[in-house]
Amino acid sequence: MAQGVFVITEQRDGELRKVSLEAVSEGRRVADGLGTDLTAVVLGSGIEGLAEELKKYGPDKICVADDPALADYTTDAYTSVLSGLIQSADPAVIILGASAQGKDLAGRLAARLDAGVAMDCTAIKLDNGSLTYTRPMFGGKIVADVEIEGALQIVAIRPNVMDITEAAKDSAIDKPAVEVGEVKTAVIEKTMDTGDKIELTEADIIVSGGRGTGGDYAAIEALAAELGAAVGASRSAVDEGWRPHSDQVGQTGKTVSPTLYVACGISGAIQHLAGMSTSKYIVAINKDEEAPIFSKADFGIAGDLFDVLPAITEEVKKVKG
Amino acid sequence: MDIVVLVKQVPDTESLVQIADDGVSIKTQDIKWTMNPYDELAVEEALQIKEAQGGTVTILTLGPDKAIEAIRTALAMGADQGVHINDPAAQGSDSLATAKLLAAALKDIPYDLIIAGHRAVDEDNYQVASAVAELLGIPQVSMVNKAEITEGKITCHRTVEGGTVVVEASLPALFTTQRGLNEPRYASLPGIMKAKKKPVDVKTVADLGVDAAMVGAANRKVKIKALNLPPERQAVKMIEGEVAADKAAALVKILHEETKII
Repeated sequence: MAQGVFVITEQRDGELRKVSLEAVSEGRRVADGLGTDLTAVVLGSGIEGLAEELKKYGPDKICVADDPALADYTTDAYTSVLSGLIQSADPAVIILGASAQGKDLAGRLAARLDAGVAMDCTAIKLDNGSLTYTRPMFGGKIVADVEIEGALQIVAIRPNVMDITEAAKDSAIDKPAVEVGEVKTAVIEKTMDTGDKIELTEADIIVSGGRGTGGDYAAIEALAAELGAAVGASRSAVDEGWRPHSDQVGQTGKTVSPTLYVACGISGAIQHLAGMSTSKYIVAINKDEEAPIFSKADFGIAGDLFDVLPAITEEVKKVKG
Repeated sequence: MDIVVLVKQVPDTESLVQIADDGVSIKTQDIKWTMNPYDELAVEEALQIKEAQGGTVTILTLGPDKAIEAIRTALAMGADQGVHINDPAAQGSDSLATAKLLAAALKDIPYDLIIAGHRAVDEDNYQVASAVAELLGIPQVSMVNKAEITEGKITCHRTVEGGTVVVEASLPALFTTQRGLNEPRYASLPGIMKAKKKPVDVKTVADLGVDAAMVGAANRKVKIKALNLPPERQAVKMIEGEVAADKAAALVKILHEETKII
């Protein structure tokens, strides 16, 4: 009978992604609740050192699939290797991060293994040995509780929501032979943002601007730099060409869950609110006191963002002193 | 180049979504239905490829009677024909069952390339396209904002956290769209008139040779137990002050001392 929790971690350039640490921590909690073992798997090339890092989060077993053919993520190679590992381990639950990679992989793996997927979950609830997954739908306008039937359940967790818990263990390390099978895709180039640009879905603080910026993001960027925050944008700001598509927060952009979301000059269209409503604290700054954004905010300032933001930046500097 | 575009009809993103009395579905009566916005990008991309290279564009959808509107919209934009899987037994299928139905329909449609939205903005499952590619045994590339086809290969710019990865795949292949790929055209009036005469093939679960016990609401692997509205926030605390500096100081004091974020 299928048993055990299997966490698929993700590394980029030899570094584990934050969502993977969240997934292993959550996996430990679920495995303990079910009274079963936790296996963490990592795939890549020249990644042996990552096993030591993963031990900190307490898996019983760590499986390192190390092969030059796994250096870059390709759907076909990763699906082949993982489905082989999963079929031999026969886990009951698979947890992975709902990152770009996890979203690409989950559906493919599910079809190969004929399993149900709960995508982009914000909570896993354990009750009498059965698992319920909480997942936003309609971009966060609705939150669903779902269960998965069948011997295998696949759960992709939303980045930045679940806690990372260190619980070091002297995990057993397994280095299985890797068989990638036929690969019909190849990564031929990678272009990563230079500098310290923080990814929106992983950011702890986001300062976001909308139509009210008139396209001038200097004040937003200055505050973001002071806070170590990522910069986001509303759909109208992106449609105006003021910011790239990758900065868009909302139902047709990215869904974000930072600790603090500062919405500047954003009126609060329903599709924008959907993308940021799981933020822990929301601050809204808008000239229009009647703007719908204030109904979703914890703290509001009615005022011109070009006056208010520089003043906030100065205050933050003082506090950080 | 024969291209199939997977399309879904979804509630417009400006719609207010309300929970139905059964607690596990949404109220559908007041919703404005539209083509999934990522699928519009897929239709546009297919049309641009067809205009450059020739070929056909077929729209494939699974949905009830009204889903024909999404097919007609795509036909009005310029697609050639539609296939509509319309069967009460298929309604309410989860992502994997949907993919099985679409893959079964694709056995009878010639294709070199399949394009789909990377997710539908209703259930946000991000799953159907990947599962279709797997069931057909073809490569996939997700969240693409630029695609080029040359000599039996497709080169896709795939958006990932903090960057772009260029992936090459052999055809036939499937890719999913991301915003930035193109600007979908509007259907012209002549286009709308022509669309009415374009063929739409209607298929049932039996036509596709799919076991009815694997699809539909009753056979979901992923069961919705409850739908809830997101937790309400407490009423906003408006920060008052004479000038911007006073308000800023008060806000930062709260963020520093109460919420301990800064």
